[in-house]
Amino acid sequence: MVKRIENLVVVENKSLTKDYFILVLSCANKDISDIKPGQFVQVKVDKSHSTFLRRPFSVHDVDFSKNTISLLIKIVGNGTLALSGLKKNDTLNVIYPLGNSFSIPQPGKRILLAGGGCGIAPLLFLGKKLRSHGFIPDLLLGFKDVEQGLEIDEYNKIGRVYLATEDGSVGQKGYLTDHSILKSEKYDYVYSCGPEPMLKNIARYCKDRKIFCEVSLENLMACGIGACLCCVVDTVKGNLCTCTEGPVFNINDLKW
Amino acid sequence: MVNIGFNIGDLHFKTPVLTASGTFGYGSEFDDFFDVSILGGIILKGITLEPREGNPYPRMVETPSGMLNSVGLQNKGLEYFEKDIYPQVSAYNTNVLLNINGSTVDDYIALAYRINKLEKIPAVELNISCPNVKMGGMAFGTNTETARTVIKKVRAVYKKKLIVKLSPNVTDIVDFACIAQEEGADAVSLINTILGMAIDTKSMKPFLSTITGGLSGPAVKPAALRMVWQVAKAVSIPVIGIGGIMNTSDALEFFLAGASAVQIGTASFIDPKASVRIIEGLEQYLGEKGFSNIKEIVGYINKPNI
Repeated sequence: MVKRIENLVVVENKSLTKDYFILVLSCANKDISDIKPGQFVQVKVDKSHSTFLRRPFSVHDVDFSKNTISLLIKIVGNGTLALSGLKKNDTLNVIYPLGNSFSIPQPGKRILLAGGGCGIAPLLFLGKKLRSHGFIPDLLLGFKDVEQGLEIDEYNKIGRVYLATEDGSVGQKGYLTDHSILKSEKYDYVYSCGPEPMLKNIARYCKDRKIFCEVSLENLMACGIGACLCCVVDTVKGNLCTCTEGPVFNINDLKW
Repeated sequence: MVNIGFNIGDLHFKTPVLTASGTFGYGSEFDDFFDVSILGGIILKGITLEPREGNPYPRMVETPSGMLNSVGLQNKGLEYFEKDIYPQVSAYNTNVLLNINGSTVDDYIALAYRINKLEKIPAVELNISCPNVKMGGMAFGTNTETARTVIKKVRAVYKKKLIVKLSPNVTDIVDFACIAQEEGADAVSLINTILGMAIDTKSMKPFLSTITGGLSGPAVKPAALRMVWQVAKAVSIPVIGIGGIMNTSDALEFFLAGASAVQIGTASFIDPKASVRIIEGLEQYLGEKGFSNIKEIVGYINKPNI
């Protein structure tokens, strides 16, 4: 896996809700077959005066036939706001692919993909990869409200989708970690991404039941390539860089 | 053909562009992007005698035209370096320098003594200006007496090229540059980061776990340039300019102010190839301006005919 810096062309900027959008980027004739689920990209934001550093986004989807990668982005500040204004044929300077990836389970195992909010982003690409390996995972997706119930259609193609919203507008009411399938179903592998309190609850659930669990973390990053040591996470192996030794961590390595 | 090489004494650097400590890892992080041997030198992540975990997360926050960091010299210590990193970095066909740090004067002496034996390390950068450690670091570089002591004692045991990295967090950085020269330093590099802070108004707490951190990036460039200009006029040893250099034009300003070389720091986070682009840009600029040697523009603004 060679990291590269390239100007990628925006094929589509798809607005989903007032906060979320998807950027589809063309990698033209470049070989992207080495991108793995869980990896991320570092995007340079040009049209924002207050944005100095690159912005990291996990790879939401890869279309190997069209040679495109998609990023699911939530507008949280000036950088993401500027990116939301990109138009078709604009170029975006991207460093990719970065970080490690989710591991592939033993054959025949039951898998749950649990994503909260923007944390559902890497689970689409992971789900597709798992399907290609013959797994049919369940998906548990949590949002604040129905407004944020994003792109569920795509996830429905991967496996059975269970929803939770904080206001109960769709799916079960409450946090994803309170969803009844966590009690009624039995999983061997759980892969998760989302807000840290949610991940900690998922980790506790898995630890109690001795379930294999990997979580994708999102820390503040400067370089994204392991040079600055800013994005560290406190692990049983000491401070590790989220960008190079993560973003995917086995929960047994975290001090949660 | 334009000559952009420079020397610290008899140590030759093929280009005057080095990468700043703490911004370029151990070089290998950049191998995918370009051949780092093109650089005049790489200054490795700051090292301490014993391993250090650094400061708790969060240790970085973006600020207008820059960033604050409080990494706190996370590294695996000298022994690990000698065994696992030194063999790798020795393969680079350029000058590999170590940035050395101590909590006590004895730490600095012990480090310098052992690194002196590493054949492939032709120089060290004595860091008496790290703002992110409780013991030592900047404390040595903001007091003229302790600065003198640590430079003198390291000089006594370190026989190769000694560069002293200066702190901007002082009343007059020229005093410290002169002390470095008097105590036998072969060059000075400046500036280290400027002590700063930022507060999150949402949570009503400081962004950094350490409250304060070191400011870097374009925000510090005018201050860095001013200090380089002051120091270059006051000392005869080479001055290496550091501080918010993002592109060729930024680098040129430092040469024109009197720097013999520059270090690229935070820019590498945004563009991993920033340093190599600057090397190419310098050659092009000098060629277009009709200069054959970069020395001709070092301190150009101080020359009497302008």
